[in-house]
Formats: sequence, structure tokens, C-alpha cells
Amino acid sequence: MSERVREVMEYDVVVVGGGPAGLSASIRLKQVSPGASVCLVEKGSEIGAHILSGAVIEPRALDELIPDWRERGAPLDTAATDDRMIYLTAKRAVRVPLLDTVMPHMGNHGNFIVSLGDVCRWLAGQAEALGVEIYPGFGAAELLEEDGRIVGVATGDMGVTRSGEPGPGYAPGMELRAAYTLFAEGCRGSLSKRVMARFGLRAGVDPQTYGLGVKELWEVPAAQHRPGLVQHTFGWPLDHRTYGGSWMYHFGENLVSYGFVVGLDYPNTWLSPFDEMQRLKLHPAIRPHLEGGRRISYGARALSEGGLQSIPRLTFPGGALIGDAAGFLNVPKIKGTHAAMKSGMLAAEAVAEALADGRPAEPASFTARVRASWLWQELRGVRNIRPAFAKYGTIVGAAYSGLDAMLLRGRAPWTLRHRHPDHAVLDSAAASTPIDYPKPDGRLTFDKSSSVFLSNTNHAEDQPVHLVLRDPARWRAVNWDRFRSPESRYCPAGVYEVVGADGVGEAVGADAVSGPRLQINAQNCVHCKTCDIKDPTENIDWAAPEGGGGPNYIGGM
Amino acid sequence: MKLLVPVKRVLDYNVKPRVRADGTGVDLAGSKMSMNPFDEIAVEEAVRLRERGVATEIVVVSIGVQQCQETLRTALAMGADRAILVLTEAAPEPLAVAKLLRALVLREGPRLVVLGKQAIDDDMNATGQMLAGLLGWAQATFASRVEVAAEADGGTATVTREVDGGLETIAVALPAIVTVDLRLNEPRYASLPNIMKARKKPMETLSLGDLGVDVTPRLTTLRVSEPPVRKGGVTVGSVAELVSKLRSEARVI
Ligand SMILES: Cc1cc2nc3c(=O)[nH]c(=O)nc-3n(C[C@H](O)[C@H](O)[C@H](O)COP(=O)(O)OP(=O)(O)OC[C@H]3O[C@@H](n4cnc5c(N)ncnc54)[C@H](O)[C@@H]3O)c2cc1C
Ligand code: SF4
Repeated sequence: MSERVREVMEYDVVVVGGGPAGLSASIRLKQVSPGASVCLVEKGSEIGAHILSGAVIEPRALDELIPDWRERGAPLDTAATDDRMIYLTAKRAVRVPLLDTVMPHMGNHGNFIVSLGDVCRWLAGQAEALGVEIYPGFGAAELLEEDGRIVGVATGDMGVTRSGEPGPGYAPGMELRAAYTLFAEGCRGSLSKRVMARFGLRAGVDPQTYGLGVKELWEVPAAQHRPGLVQHTFGWPLDHRTYGGSWMYHFGENLVSYGFVVGLDYPNTWLSPFDEMQRLKLHPAIRPHLEGGRRISYGARALSEGGLQSIPRLTFPGGALIGDAAGFLNVPKIKGTHAAMKSGMLAAEAVAEALADGRPAEPASFTARVRASWLWQELRGVRNIRPAFAKYGTIVGAAYSGLDAMLLRGRAPWTLRHRHPDHAVLDSAAASTPIDYPKPDGRLTFDKSSSVFLSNTNHAEDQPVHLVLRDPARWRAVNWDRFRSPESRYCPAGVYEVVGADGVGEAVGADAVSGPRLQINAQNCVHCKTCDIKDPTENIDWAAPEGGGGPNYIGGM
Repeated sequence: MKLLVPVKRVLDYNVKPRVRADGTGVDLAGSKMSMNPFDEIAVEEAVRLRERGVATEIVVVSIGVQQCQETLRTALAMGADRAILVLTEAAPEPLAVAKLLRALVLREGPRLVVLGKQAIDDDMNATGQMLAGLLGWAQATFASRVEVAAEADGGTATVTREVDGGLETIAVALPAIVTVDLRLNEPRYASLPNIMKARKKPMETLSLGDLGVDVTPRLTTLRVSEPPVRKGGVTVGSVAELVSKLRSEARVI
């Protein structure tokens, strides 16, 4: 039973990740090259289980991919009809007037409010009908390389015990070999990261920057449901040095998607994105929407905020990066779905061409196709907005973005740069102002553990911990002594817990005398990837756990 | 000897059920569904019986919507040989399920039917027993250990059952019904290579009409509600306070 020999399957194309990018790439590939064999693996227990998004989506790419999506029953049921952008102070809300003129990049006419998980479930059905083989429950854990070319991936072993030995149910991973492998892992993909390092794909581009989105799904009384309402806020409760804001979308059957994005270049080590999201619900701009309803789901996910300046080289020998794994996202809009889909489609076209043309090492025409597409134009147009916020703060940043949009239409002759990776931006505990978050009331505001409960997160218990400190000793010297454990605040799932400090938690055995210690509750991880991004010395390595583990986001999420 | 193993598609055990606001049932839209965990144990036991040379063929059957095919594929990936989907949009009650299974038993001719003791969604714990009654077969329920000695046209199953206060071992003559309990075995993973191979195993789809069974419901659901929210605990300062609270507030001593 426990022989470690891995079985091998050969395909023309292997796609890693079943989000909008990976699914669109598979569909496009089968459309233009029906004979190609395509295999897609997804680490979530099913397609959609790990998809967390807003989401107001632009149907542009979908129109191109599946023009008759309406007839085919795509779950885009709520049109965005009422669009509001609000600036908040602690007590007040000021609506940005003439939104379509001042911030045309924020307008939502013609867009739809959806559950992106449900859209992906639907896309997966379309892909399967075209003959794409989809295998949820299997994470790609390893790159396969031969003669300097990526020749596929291997899925992780199943049934390995915590100590790393094969357990009674051991099943070795499988090698999925392909002429081309498309990495569609979404933001901060664990293998995408390795591919970029292996082939130096980030040379000469700005560091990628990120945001963390923390989301709740509510079911509200019908009388207060305004289907089609799209509301964004900025300002309070964040200070001017911190980028971020909330979204609230009314859609479906009495559902409200509410959430908060914080730029991970936030400087205050005491900041907790989760608690910012919670306390904002007490503001009059949010409260009346949710009060009296019930919260039915919770989750979190990082997104790329670097934009055009941070997009790496897209192809390498044996494949390409697509979607948010490459950083295709319209940052000021926080819209990446159409970008993910379009980049996947363009990559598929490049791959189909390469398959038909002697299978050269790189599907090289992908880059040119991207540069010639509306996607590139769109990302060029908004490239300076996010860095302006980082450079000038919220108020001037917002003014700049209005100016940039109205006067220059994004055609400014300069490009603002991202200077620092997010992990390098954090002030010490001594230099940061502590934040006093209100206690959860259990009705409108909640704590982390009751929240994670609603994400239906599960990992097989007896398996190696998938979050590893590269140098465990550094935690005490850096994370604790200097920053007072920022991970215990930014992790939206309560995975990181300090025990043994100032009577917090309890230390056992030998630790009783050795002071604070980091406890990693890896089974709670919702796969948002923030720790992999924000740890001050990049000491935390997020690796794909046993397939099928992680959140199980419900329909509507 | 042929085995029949029915498997049910239910809300995944990791997903917290949510009652629809109008109290008519649990909202399943878009939520992860998977094989009833007790049925996984039944499939595993069947596969082990074949590995031990007792069984020669394992037929799995599921009754329900088209997506039950996924559940069947999982069973095939675990080692079953062949699958039958009885397609229906209705959610038949245990008696109707038992009648459908009887029709399939008559068609397929298995000498042993292995079922989960209950499904985790409705916790009925009735289908196996009803099937035994309809067929007039012996039944051994809540199995925590199964030994089968098959003979040309007879044989016995020796089954250890989990009962209140201990274990009971009984022998039943074949053909028989066995329903399985949690501790019988630890089901294997459906590995990726086996899932790929399972795509090529035969799967047949039947309609209710093919089996001539009427599944009109006989039960009426009046209302579905969520369990009352548990009140938060309190920390007591001393043993004396604890005793006094147990006495005056909880009234348990
Ligand atoms: C909080 C938030 C709000 C957003 N709001 C909007 C919005 O309103 N509108 C909009 O258009 N966009 C929005 N976005 C952006 C949008 O969700 C993303 O741009 C889009 O989902 C990217 O698609 P993708 O396919 O590249 O990656 P993802 O959607 O992240 O999908 C990647 C998939 O790959 C899987 N995967 C990852 N690694 C592996 C591995 N090693 N093996 C197997 N599988 C793997 C993941 O489980 C996941 O299912 C938002 C994003 C966030 C986080
Ligand atoms: S452990 Fe890391 S990836 Fe997992 S939920 Fe916490 S911050 Fe996100």
C-alpha cells in the first residue's frame, strides 16, 4: 500500500487552480483546439470552495468567452444599478458626487453582482462539457522540471502523518505532465512564487504589493434588501497612511456581501484587518444594512495591488502565469475577475498556437497578445492610482486619482512606482499607536473563532503543518520583541496565537519558563496567503496542505 | 458473490447546515455535497471483502439528482466496479428508497447489501431495516466487524454489532443486509489515479419508471428549525459559588 512510486499522466496542458483564470483558459483552449487534452487541478474540495471575492464583475471577458452565457444560465442575476462611493469620518458619511465623472474607473454600469464561487462552479460545468478534466481536492505541490523546462506538476501525497511518515491511508501524489503548464493559483500562488524565483521572472519589475480582503455574507430581512446596490467606503476607520475601504453589495435572494480591504503596506503593527472590518459595521453608513439580518458565511483572501508596474515576465520554458497569480487586477476598481478571465483566454490562444507549431519551450506570443489587448490598455490607464495613495495618503491620493482620471484619462506621462514590498513596511510596536477595538456584541460584530466556524474550514488532522517558520528562533527576536506578533492580528483566521506572554494563553512544560511562544493553529487556515506576504522577514512559508483541506465556502459566497 | 452498496449524496459534514428563512428545509444551494460518511465505510468494507476474495463484484447505486454521479464516481475510485444512478429530482423517503433498492436487488441479484446505518442529513436509520423487511432477508445492523463465509448458494455473515453497553456478535444467513457503524473501518482516499481510472468504469442511469416504484411522499414536513443557540458559559470564582449556581440557577443538585 505504501510504496512511494508516483503514477504519471500525460496531457497537452495542465492548469493549476480552478478560479476564473484557470477555468477560462481551459475553456478557451478547448474552443480553439478541441483535440488538446486539458487537466485542471484545484486544491479546494470542490470548484468554488476556495473562491473568495466581492464581487461586482464586468462581463466583458465572459461576453467574449461564452457569448450566450445568459441562455446557458450563468449565475449573473443581479445587475449593479445604484452606485455609491462614500468618504467616512468617525461619525459622518460624505457621498462623492457625480461619481461617473470624478471617478469614471469606479463606475459600475453594465456590471453584475455575483457570487464568484457560484460563477466558477458554472464555468467548471461549461469546461467539463467541452472535455476538460477537472480534479478538485488535489493541490499541486511540486514543480516538475526537466532540462530547464517545467514539464508539469505533482500533486501532494495524501495520508502523510504529522511527523512526515506515510500513515495507514497513504496515497502518493501523482505526476501530471504536460507540454505547457498554466499557473492560475490566484494571488500569491505557492508554485507561482517558485516559478518566478526559478526563472527570474520578476527581474526589472516593481515588487508586487497586496491587500487583504475580509468578507462576510449576510442574509437580511427582505424589507431592507436593495438588490443592485453597490456601495464603497473609504476613510474611517483607517488613518491616512493606510489604504483600504469597505464594499457592500446587495444581490441574490436577500443576500448582502460586506467586506473590507486593507493594503498590506499598512505601517501600524497593532492594526487588525479583521477588527477594522468588524468595527466599521457599527458606523451609520453600514449598520442599517445589516442590522436584523444573520451572518451566514465568512472568509478572507489576499489580492494583488501592484497593477501594471508589478506584472512579471509572463512566460517561461514550459508555461505561463495567468490571472491574479501574475497580478492581473484593476486595482482602484478592485476588479480582477474580467482580467483573470481575459489573461487566461489569451494564454490559451498562445498555447494552442504553440501546440500546433512544434511545441517550442515558451508559449511566447502570450505577452504580445496581452499587450495588444484591451486588458493592457485598461491596466495602463489606472496604473498610477494605487501608488498615489501609498505616496500621498488617502485624501491627496483620492484627489490625485480624480485628477488623473478626469484630466489625464490615465495617460499621464509618468508612472508612479512601488518602492517597497509590503513586508518591509511595518513600524515597531513602540513606534505604532495601539488601537482599541470594541468588543464583539455577537449580533452585528463577532470574534475570529465564531467567524472561522462559518467558513467551514477543515484540514485532515494528522498531516504535516503547512505553515512553517523558516527560522523559528527569529520569531522571538523579531516578531515578538520588535513588533509584538503582528501575525496574531493580521491573520483573519486566528491561526497565530501567542501563548505564555503576560498571562495570555498558557504555556506548557518547558515553555512555562521561556516566555512568549508562537502557537500555529494551522487547521484554521482559510488560505488567504497574508502571512506569506506580510511577515516582516518573510519567515513564514505557506505551502499547499493536503488536497481538499481549507475553507468550504458555501454557495452565495 | 456480488455486493450491492447504496450511497447517498448529502451536505458535506464540514459544512454547517443552514435552515432556510421560511423554515421549509436546509439551504443546499451551491454548498459542497459529498458521500454520506457511513456509506464511505460501507464501500470500504465491500472493497475489503473483495480484496479478501469473498466478493467478486461491487455494484454501487445512488438515488437522486444528476450530480449523484459524482458520489458514484468517488465510490468507483475507492474500488467499486460498476455504478447505477436512479435519477429523480424528488428526495425519496426511506420506504421509497428501500422499495427502489428491492427492485435493484431483484435485478442485480447480490447476496449481500451493505449500507450505512444512517445518512447524516436526516438521521433516519431506517432504509437498511426496511429493505430487509421487504426482501424477507436477515439483517445485521450497526456492524463494527464483518466476516463473511460465502458458499455456493448460502453462507453466513458473522457480524459484531455495537449495542448499548457493549458488543454483540451474531451470525446471519446469506443473503443478508448489513448496515455499518462508525468504527468498522477507516475508508481509503480516492486517490487521483483511481479517480482518473474511475471515469472509465461503467455507469448506468435508470429512471423511477424503469424500476416501477412509486415514490410519492407519505410524510409531511411541518417545519425545520435550527437548534436553540447555546448560551455562553460563565466563569465562577469559587467552588462555593459553583455549588450555589448549580443549585439555584441550573437546579441540577
Ligand atoms: C476581497 C476581494 C474582493 C474582490 N472583489 C472583486 C470584485 O468585486 N470584482 C472583481 O472583478 N474582482 C474582485 N476581486 C478580485 C478577483 O476575485 C480576483 O482577481 C480573481 O478571483 C482572480 O482569479 P484567479 O483565477 O486568478 O485566482 P483565484 O480566484 O484566486 O483562484 C485561484 C484558484 O486556484 C486554486 N489554487 C491555488 N493554488 C493551488 C495549487 N497549488 N494547487 C491547486 N489549486 C490551487 C485556489 O484554491 C483557487 O480556487 C476581489 C478579490 C478579493 C480578494
Ligand atoms: S495562516 Fe496565513 S494564509 Fe492562513 S488564514 Fe492566516 S494569514 Fe491567511
